[in-house]
Amino acid sequence: MINKNNQVLSFAALTGIALLGASAMAQAATLDEVKDRGQVRCGVSDGLAGFSSPDSKGKWQGIDVEVCKAVAAAVLDDQNKVAFAPLTAKERFTALQSGEVDVLSRNTTWTASRDNSMGLNFAGVNFYDGQGFLVKKSLGVSSARELDGASICVNSGTTTELNLADYFRAQDMQYKAVAFDEMSQTAQGFDSGRCDALTSDSSQLAALRLQLKEPDSAVILPERISKEPLGPVVAQGDDQWFDVVKWTLFAMLDAEELGVTSSNVDDMRDNPPNPNVARLLGKDGNYGEQMGLSNAWAYNIIKQVGNYGEVYDRTVGKDSPLDIPRGINALWNNGGIQYAPPIR
Amino acid sequence: MLRPFDSLPRRGRGPLWRDPAARALVFQVLLLIGLASVIGLLVHNTLQNLDARGINTGFDFLDNRAGFSISQTLISYDGNSTYGRTFVIGLLNTLLVSALGIVAATIIGFTVGIARLSPNYLLAKLATVYVELFRNIPLLLQILFWYIAVIRSMPSPRQSLSLGDMVFLNGRGLFVPAPEPQTGFWFSVAALLAGSVAAMLMARHNRQRQSRTGRRLPMGWIIPALVLGLPVMVFLVSGSPLQWDVPALKGFNFSGGLTVLPELLALWIALSIYTAAFIAEIVRSGIQSVPKGQTEAARALSLPPRLTMNQVIIPQAMRVIIPQMTSQYLNLIKNSSLATAIGYPDLVAVFAGTTLNQVGQSVEIMAMTMAVYLVLSLLVSLLMNIYNARTALRER
Repeated sequence: MINKNNQVLSFAALTGIALLGASAMAQAATLDEVKDRGQVRCGVSDGLAGFSSPDSKGKWQGIDVEVCKAVAAAVLDDQNKVAFAPLTAKERFTALQSGEVDVLSRNTTWTASRDNSMGLNFAGVNFYDGQGFLVKKSLGVSSARELDGASICVNSGTTTELNLADYFRAQDMQYKAVAFDEMSQTAQGFDSGRCDALTSDSSQLAALRLQLKEPDSAVILPERISKEPLGPVVAQGDDQWFDVVKWTLFAMLDAEELGVTSSNVDDMRDNPPNPNVARLLGKDGNYGEQMGLSNAWAYNIIKQVGNYGEVYDRTVGKDSPLDIPRGINALWNNGGIQYAPPIR
Repeated sequence: MLRPFDSLPRRGRGPLWRDPAARALVFQVLLLIGLASVIGLLVHNTLQNLDARGINTGFDFLDNRAGFSISQTLISYDGNSTYGRTFVIGLLNTLLVSALGIVAATIIGFTVGIARLSPNYLLAKLATVYVELFRNIPLLLQILFWYIAVIRSMPSPRQSLSLGDMVFLNGRGLFVPAPEPQTGFWFSVAALLAGSVAAMLMARHNRQRQSRTGRRLPMGWIIPALVLGLPVMVFLVSGSPLQWDVPALKGFNFSGGLTVLPELLALWIALSIYTAAFIAEIVRSGIQSVPKGQTEAARALSLPPRLTMNQVIIPQAMRVIIPQMTSQYLNLIKNSSLATAIGYPDLVAVFAGTTLNQVGQSVEIMAMTMAVYLVLSLLVSLLMNIYNARTALRER
């Protein structure tokens, strides 16, 4: 009896000590953890063509996936050292807050409340989007203003759900929201006729439209009812890791601006045409070491993943089935608003 | 002081640590302190980590504006309502589908359970197939199946199936006329209440009379006359003070009337059919647990089979059935959270889903959601225990 009690007590004491230890460890540097683990854990969507979805061989593809690969290339010198975790819109923030993933790259809109009250930091914007509506052509609707009284399928736990309510109130129109957990269910709800319209970011609508049984039977309405800056997110409280993800994105943008591509990056490194390229590719200065990476960090990103323009064209742009024009996602000196601070 | 066991043989007074009772007490107090500090540490640690990561804590968010729409609201709700309101809406939707499911599952379950024991070969085998089929397919798949089956088979609003231009059925749901009571309608409601109370009193009197004298008054037609006839008469005499809000096609869809969402329909069907398969087995096992001698004795008294079942077998079987039914009801309530898979706005989908995602305070919201299911389950258990105590066999 006494023995047993003693065991229980010592177990309790050990648990207590373990918990104390855990609380001290909670803020360990993510960068060191990732290097020790040899893998970046990256939260992506549960399947959205062009952004993050598995291809026929089960490999993740898309513009959000490329961000994860670029981080892995910068930190671990190998773009393939990524463990992808598909997350629904509802799961994503909890997964990041609890440290289940190191970076969340899942077409996530940057908003004030997410940035300020949820313990998140947005590392930048890899796609500027806006919310639109997808309707069946047979409905005979040509503007979102004609949707009064419609049933609208929407993905739950998204800014989309809130924008929808705001838009219909502002227009003094009625609607019935049908909210689904997963994008695939939302699309199925629309396809099977549960809703008159489906609302989401317009890039997603383009992807979803291609997945319909008859893509030509649906059309995207011209209105954009919101600003949706989508970008990678990290947990708050680790500035070093925040910087790594932020500058990974900037390096891809700077590379496009400087004309560095995956095919010419070796030449460019051996014979930098100008000091900007030399600094980007680690021939000059120690910009990588300042972040706790190697100075070849940006070279690895561009060599293995490519610059922003290459990634865009390959995943959502002109070389992809989605064929979304660059629009505001073009570089600032090319008519768009994509702009990265210089590396110097 | 520390001698609680005075009846034990005394071993002579030694030092305190030699006294087993004192030692046991000390260890128990230490264990309690240990447990309390572990829990305290967990809470403290969580709060500290949340704070360090800049995540809001507390329940202030419940008063903030929610700003999203919910497809089924039993109480008034609009985009300006608060997150606290979304909690109530979700809770009511969970309660609605659970209550509907429990009623339907009980009826189907009893029918199938008794059918399994039927001497009719076809009926018994059909019941067996039902049970084996529905309890062996995962519930989530059944929910998705019914949802897709329900939606796919429905026409678009403009080609709705209609019943006398009053009831309409399409892919958006089932639209039925909503009653709109006018002044004077409450007389009919009062008549219904009065009739029901009178019927209950008469039934009680009849029971007492039966246990006193062994004879029953023939009351077969009096009770329906009291419960239904009286209010209908009052209703007609007071000039039919009830109007119907008939749904009408307007724009994309029907407006007016009552709407039953396809999500609710699918979830209700799936939960009822799934749980009924288990209830059927419980009913069968309960009935079979009654010794065969009881049936034989009833037959020897020349009771007809129907009376044997209703008056002899089932009351005894209930002893076995009720405790197990309780856990099936609890399962049904908890399983209703699978609603989130098909977009039915229950507590998990609305509050632990959209609200959680907009607010980001998972600890508080999950704690509230879990507390709801805990309280609901405890309440159902309590009610069933009371019912069980009342219907338990009383030995005379």
